[in-house]
Amino acid sequence: MATAAHGGEHEATTTGLNHRKMLMWAFLGSDCMFFGSLIATYLVYKGKSKGGPQPIDVFDIPVTSVSTFVLLMSSMSMVLAYSALTRGSLKGFRIWIASTAIMGMTFLAFQVFEFNDFVNYEVHFKCEEVGTGSLTEFEESFSDRCVDGVDEVDGIHDSEGNNLTGLTPKTNLFGTTFFTLTGFHGAHVTLGVIWLLSIFFYSFRRGRVTPERHLDVDLAALYWHFVDVVWIVIFTVVYLFGVFEGF
Amino acid sequence: MPKLKRRHLIALPALASLAVLASCTPSNPQSTFDALGPVAESQLLLFQVIFWAGVVVFVIVMAALIYISVRYRAREGDGDPEQIHGHKGMEIGWSIAPAVVLLIVAPWTIYTIFANENSPLPPEEGGLVVEATGHQWWFEFRYKVQDRVSEEVVTANELHIPVGEPVNVDLVSKDVIHSFWVPKLAGKVDMVPNNDNGLWMQADEAGVYAGQCAEFCGVSHANMRFTVIAQPPDEFDAWLREQAAPAAEPTEATPLIRLGHDVFVTRFGRETPADEDVQGAGCNACHRIEGTSARGTSGPDLTHFASRATFAAGSMDNTAEYLRSWLHSPEEMKPGNVMSRDGEVFNSPTGLTEVQISALIAFLRSLE
Amino acid sequence: MTMPSLAIPRPVHPTGVWGWVTTIDHKRIGILYGVTAFVLFVIGGVEALVMRAQLVQAELDVVSPEMFNQLFTMHGTTMIFLAIMPMGAAFFNYVIPLQIGARDVAFPRLNAFSYWTFLAGAIMLNGSWFLGGAPNAGWFGYAPITGAAYNPGHGIDFWIMSLQILGIASLAAAFNFIVTILNMRAPGMTLMRMPLFTWMTLITAFLLVLAFPVITVALIELMFDRFFGTNFFVPGAGANPILWQHLFWVFGHPEVYILILPAMGIVSEVLPTFSKKPLFGYPVVVLSGLIIGFMGWMVWSHHMFTVGLGPIANSVFTITTMAIAVPTGIKIFNWLGTMWKGSITFSTPMLFSLGFITVFTIGGISGVMHSQAASDAQQQDTYFIVAHIHYVLFGGSIFALIAGIYYWFPKFTGRMYDELGGKITFWLVFAGMNLTFFPMHFTGLDGMPRRIYTYDSAMGWEFWNLTSTAGAALLAVGIAALIYNVVSGWVRGKQAPGDPWDARTLEWSMSSPPPEYNFAEIPTVTEVDDWWASKRRKDAAPVIAGASEDEGHSIHLPQPSYWPLVVSVGLLIGGYGLIYHYAVAAIGLAVSMVGVYAWSFEPVNDPDEGSGH
Repeated sequence: MATAAHGGEHEATTTGLNHRKMLMWAFLGSDCMFFGSLIATYLVYKGKSKGGPQPIDVFDIPVTSVSTFVLLMSSMSMVLAYSALTRGSLKGFRIWIASTAIMGMTFLAFQVFEFNDFVNYEVHFKCEEVGTGSLTEFEESFSDRCVDGVDEVDGIHDSEGNNLTGLTPKTNLFGTTFFTLTGFHGAHVTLGVIWLLSIFFYSFRRGRVTPERHLDVDLAALYWHFVDVVWIVIFTVVYLFGVFEGF
Repeated sequence: MPKLKRRHLIALPALASLAVLASCTPSNPQSTFDALGPVAESQLLLFQVIFWAGVVVFVIVMAALIYISVRYRAREGDGDPEQIHGHKGMEIGWSIAPAVVLLIVAPWTIYTIFANENSPLPPEEGGLVVEATGHQWWFEFRYKVQDRVSEEVVTANELHIPVGEPVNVDLVSKDVIHSFWVPKLAGKVDMVPNNDNGLWMQADEAGVYAGQCAEFCGVSHANMRFTVIAQPPDEFDAWLREQAAPAAEPTEATPLIRLGHDVFVTRFGRETPADEDVQGAGCNACHRIEGTSARGTSGPDLTHFASRATFAAGSMDNTAEYLRSWLHSPEEMKPGNVMSRDGEVFNSPTGLTEVQISALIAFLRSLE
Repeated sequence: MTMPSLAIPRPVHPTGVWGWVTTIDHKRIGILYGVTAFVLFVIGGVEALVMRAQLVQAELDVVSPEMFNQLFTMHGTTMIFLAIMPMGAAFFNYVIPLQIGARDVAFPRLNAFSYWTFLAGAIMLNGSWFLGGAPNAGWFGYAPITGAAYNPGHGIDFWIMSLQILGIASLAAAFNFIVTILNMRAPGMTLMRMPLFTWMTLITAFLLVLAFPVITVALIELMFDRFFGTNFFVPGAGANPILWQHLFWVFGHPEVYILILPAMGIVSEVLPTFSKKPLFGYPVVVLSGLIIGFMGWMVWSHHMFTVGLGPIANSVFTITTMAIAVPTGIKIFNWLGTMWKGSITFSTPMLFSLGFITVFTIGGISGVMHSQAASDAQQQDTYFIVAHIHYVLFGGSIFALIAGIYYWFPKFTGRMYDELGGKITFWLVFAGMNLTFFPMHFTGLDGMPRRIYTYDSAMGWEFWNLTSTAGAALLAVGIAALIYNVVSGWVRGKQAPGDPWDARTLEWSMSSPPPEYNFAEIPTVTEVDDWWASKRRKDAAPVIAGASEDEGHSIHLPQPSYWPLVVSVGLLIGGYGLIYHYAVAAIGLAVSMVGVYAWSFEPVNDPDEGSGH
């Protein structure tokens, strides 16, 4: 009776569910609580910032929509990668898993640019708009710059020329909670990209990634879809609710 | 043998339970068993009900445990006992019984929660309101202008209230979380930065009630105490009037008192107007004395310092000897205190000189 | 492009210290957990003794206030995270696979990783004593006193990093036990045939998985405040310090059940064995455990009755907290029902279990007292709470864990402890525990706040403090007796049979200690307490499987591995790096990554290393 105690791909389990798959589900349950707590923190502090830029000042919904779309598409290509593998097409698998990783990296690039944008955010408004209701509260707070002879405020700088209106994690509660929440999501995506690339390169070793050993890919896919779903929540709660009134 | 042991097992906690009421000495300054105001009384009553219910439950459990242990102890020649897997009736019974007990208690406790939350005489209806601020490690009490208070009064570590009237206390913190607790008058409520907390309390008898910070707040948490002084209403009003007045010019301002004043209000290291050989200590950077040029706000207001029974957050009697030790080495008397940490004079190698200390004591003790 | 070859050979049957370092045998890891946790329990106890010395009289100066604050912080954190939780983990590790009829846990290397990571967390926390001072803000570290503004220095940083590392260890262990229990049961062992200890462990593992991420987030936020100047808990920026309390207690209350449910599981094993009767109302006891686990998420704010949440919130949490007393009460009554009409032997494990029922009942009742938000205002943050927490955590968890130590001692060591010594130990510990903590009810009701390093003699607290300190000394003697009893039994106890207690569950169906492969043949289970029943079956009385020379050669066991240790070491280096220098953190990350990769590519069973010895 030389049954291995564990480890084999097709070992018999009490529930019929593979050990690693069950572990992955437990981990994702745990990760739900992780993101749940971060999102809860964000919501508790929403609108509680003292000064500094607000969501309405910095968010660019069209741009973030594009990166969201890219991430959603990556989930689809992940599905195609998995299906190619189970159909036995290693080539198709490589193409699709590489494209998934590339789309993941594209999303990360968007995030880096976005963070950079926010850190360097400068207020711009025409003085004639002051008091008309078209300016945000943050912009309005610089209305005292509109003295005689000034018809436009173009950034606020200190004597050394440093931008004083950027949004960093230190600026206000919005910056603190926003960067932490989306940063941790970005870290999850980064980890996912590393994982996908590892499988991609590993697939070039003979017999390492095969239709029979599809579980390795299945687990990565599960993780990837989870990270994607979390982003949909973040995009809705943070971005859309942050900009559109009435949410 | 097991019989004896079972008895020992019960004896200790059972005796101890009975001893509870006898052991908590109501005469102790912070005993919750000597409730002298309606809030503390309602809390004590609720506690006693739950306590006795708990004693009954405990006695039942212990009686069952002892009876079963004695009755069903293994005897020689015992075979396997019957393998009973359960008994529906019994299980349902002991699931429902505790629930019923708790259902009986619940309305009472909820009533008490709301009663203690809502002051019978809120500020809108003319009730007295005092703002209590927690600092590391002392309490500040501010009587803002209201019906009863014609001029703002600020004091430290001694809260005066009128007897027999509900008093509303707004709870504020300037740094970390503290908790305001006067056991004989009311249970505690925390002072949390950015949260508007409050409580109400009432003293039924005139007297001095001990209070203490109940939320860990740093090095000198143990020394963060205060007293509540409940006075007949007319005495209380008189006290308010006295406190509202600026520090009275001492009728017999001795040279030493004047020197003390100058040491107090002269910047650290500068020579004082009164005596060029004595330097200022710069106490005014943090302390305020109404009627002088001392306008600091980060430390306790000392306008009527001599009228207080204690100082250093209620941890020392206000005597010349304690004051001397305090000014000599505050860090030893109240570890971690901000004065010895941030006060320029206490960071200098010399500290306060004997001359300065004597002058300051004379001055402070003149602040009736 | 191909992956670099990571085919470093797995260690082959190492012996001695190296054997323990690379082991992935659940039984050895269980012993590592148990011994380490016990050492840390003693350290936490010494910290408590110093505090008791400081408080024995009014206005003493045994330690400085700053030192006192570090002592109570370290005592609480150590006892909860480094003593009780890992002692529970020790029993999970050793006992669960044996109880469910498995040869090991689902992920043996992950199991080793959990242990080494726990050890890394313990080093990180206790190392703070030698690196500029221990954390000093209490075990629940309420913001903003943990913030950089009020708490410069590295004490809090060590606290944060160690709890994060311990969180990783606990999560890894919890994942492992969920999969092990759900997926590796012997044929026929349905959920409702599982031993109670296994059940309670399963619930505990789910609580861990869901509760730990919450404190992880809270600690991350605090860490970012301290390291990067964010504003999560900075009142000046508009932050609300109550957020910390919510996050902490949303974790912290399930944590209480993480500490007590395994203890209840142990007692639910010991009582049937020494009463020779099945657990009374098995389904109800399981269900009440599930209800406790579920309701544990709805009561967290009862730790916050005095922070000003308002009367409605306080009323709601009063009700839910009272409600959770019902399933707890059901358990106590069912334990009594188990003994009822039994044939009771008062061996040491049984004595500790009865002690557990007695003392835990007191703790439960004082818990119901705290559930009354109105009167709790007089008890919150006083010694009454200190008394309560010790009645449930010492009288509850620790008593049950000691019962477990004695109960499974023959199984762990293959030797018997000295029964008289065990009984003496029980009475010393029982008397010491009550003498120490019962008077704290009085000092608390007399108005003594917790966490004060000194008090005024006029307060009238001296007598009961003196009593508590005397009790603490007695308790220390009791723990010393326990250590003596266990060590002497381990070294020179007489040989233990496989089933010394005529017990009921599968771990007793094999020799003591069990062979490396646990079960020569995986049993088939047909009912609750299958082992007891099979012993009574007239036709086929089973033989206790021994570790005979030729048996088990055909059983393929996983090989030892270095990599779990490497990943844990990487985490430890990374933790120090975050505190001192980010370059070091990068090194730690790199070490961990190398470990993870090597681990991933390490064959589970080295094909060249055959199944034979």
